Amino acid sequence: MAIVYDGSMDQAVYKIIFAQTIEALADADPDVVYLDADLMNSFGTHDFWKRNKKQAVNCGVAEANMMGVAAGLAAAGKKPYVHTFGPFATRRSYDQSFLSIAYAGNSVRIIGSDPGVTAAFNGGTHMPFEDVALMRAVPHSTVIDVSDGVQLEWVLKAIKDREGLTYLRVTRKHYPAVYSKDHGFALGKGEIVKKGTDVTVIASGLMVGEALKAATVLEAQGVSVRVVDMFTIKPIDTELVVDCAKSTKAIVTAENHNVIGGLGDAVADVLFENNCLIPMKKVGVKDVFGSVGPQEYLQVHYGLTADEIVKVVEEIL
Amino acid sequence: MANVKEQKLFAAKIRLETVKQVGVRGFGHLGGALSVVDAIAVLYSGVMYIDPANPDKTDRDKLVMSKGHAGPALYSALALKGYFPMAWLKTLNQPGTKLPSHCDCKLTPGIDMTTGSLGQGASTACGLALAQKMDEIDAYTYLFVGDGESNEGQVWEAALFANQHKLDNLIAFVDCNQKQLDGTTEEVMAMGDIAAKFETFGWHTQSIQGDDVVAIEKAIKKAKEVKGKPSCIVLNTIKGAGVPEIEKIEFNHHIVLDGALLEKAVAACEATVKELEGGAVSHGDCI
Repeated sequence: MAIVYDGSMDQAVYKIIFAQTIEALADADPDVVYLDADLMNSFGTHDFWKRNKKQAVNCGVAEANMMGVAAGLAAAGKKPYVHTFGPFATRRSYDQSFLSIAYAGNSVRIIGSDPGVTAAFNGGTHMPFEDVALMRAVPHSTVIDVSDGVQLEWVLKAIKDREGLTYLRVTRKHYPAVYSKDHGFALGKGEIVKKGTDVTVIASGLMVGEALKAATVLEAQGVSVRVVDMFTIKPIDTELVVDCAKSTKAIVTAENHNVIGGLGDAVADVLFENNCLIPMKKVGVKDVFGSVGPQEYLQVHYGLTADEIVKVVEEIL
Repeated sequence: MANVKEQKLFAAKIRLETVKQVGVRGFGHLGGALSVVDAIAVLYSGVMYIDPANPDKTDRDKLVMSKGHAGPALYSALALKGYFPMAWLKTLNQPGTKLPSHCDCKLTPGIDMTTGSLGQGASTACGLALAQKMDEIDAYTYLFVGDGESNEGQVWEAALFANQHKLDNLIAFVDCNQKQLDGTTEEVMAMGDIAAKFETFGWHTQSIQGDDVVAIEKAIKKAKEVKGKPSCIVLNTIKGAGVPEIEKIEFNHHIVLDGALLEKAVAACEATVKELEGGAVSHGDCI
């Protein structure tokens, strides 16, 4: 169990890790069913569908119906994993997920790909900066922002029997590798991926790599930075957030999402509710819509970079 | 299988209990509950493979009332079948009740799916039917959707899905009472020929009188003989069916039901029950 981060990217892209893991899960458990809305060819699962049409179900371009079908399958004891792009997995089919899945007590795993700026060339229409906020608002939901390939494989296995609605946002591409292959995780528990004593950066998904990069820059300036991968945004690791407030002098959150309703707000809630009123700032999308372009350009455009984290840490200390 | 007289008597009892249920609160969704009573009566008179003592049985038939506001009609049938005590029927929409306005599978024994946001039950019924296929369970999933509800695009997404996945174990009743909340379907959102629409979506379709228990049972039998495609049975009904005082109300989707109107409605339902009981058939014989 180790942190292997050196800035180099994960070898495999995450859609391939997803496809291999979901097929292995389906082979091992006949109740696992994978549903997609005509995006299998974009998500690495097309071959799985061709091989196993009993456990891989193509619902066509009809996301609302797909969520309902998943709810019905779950009510009959199946374990559905449902995928489409993030905006369609959340805002387009929100009422179906809210009522037919969550309110009705059905356990379904929803995977929204291309979170935030990773939607890149599909542009603003396909760029969810609000998916975490929406899914956090569903009672008893679990919300996960995957930051690494090893973590993705672990999470997909860990949520197989999880009760209620689980939402997982994951890029089809890849982020810098963070964890060794044998790293163990726990749902609802954040990971301290770098120790430090002056400031804590609590990040998720894409921003974990950026936070680690920022920490290297800050350390060279004599600032000791703790970096936390808060991959489970809900239920959030209250104990760890409180510990960060007690062990370091300030907290900066970093998310590939609107600063309204996402990781930053979840952390702020914990700080307020636990009377930990230390300085805190949020790095994230400042209440604007997405737009089209290369991911690198969009990260700079929306302030989702290591440089932005360095700047905000310097401001807060 | 119950005989025709028993089915009619069961329907009359469901109507009486449904009117009384809504009457306790003094208001509720009565029109669209009464229009599906006869089909419910046929299904729960031996057509559906169910076990009231064991609602969790996995190999039984399932039913999704996608027009969730018809819950009270279903609650009456379930109580009369012994799923829960008749006394519960007095608690509709009371604080802490197990019988909410719209169907809730977490609260009510015998309710297979939570519904209320229109259109969604069509999709969940597809999921239940698909699971029966996956598990090779020889059972059916029955679905009720309304004609007003069919304004929802999700109904048609589900219709495509059921055809694509050859869900011949899915039998959908479309309650064509030709009214929705704001008026007639013609005025609000004309649905045209619903049977023809389902047919072009690849379904086997039949169109029958929705209060004719013989026609309903016959149509279900025919639907079960169809292989390789889902079945749609259009029920031509009247909103508020079987209770003249309710049928007469122009906007009867959700009505106030108290005072003289309640008395008249209950009396009309009781008279029908009494008339049908002339043959001395007890409810217990209906199983």
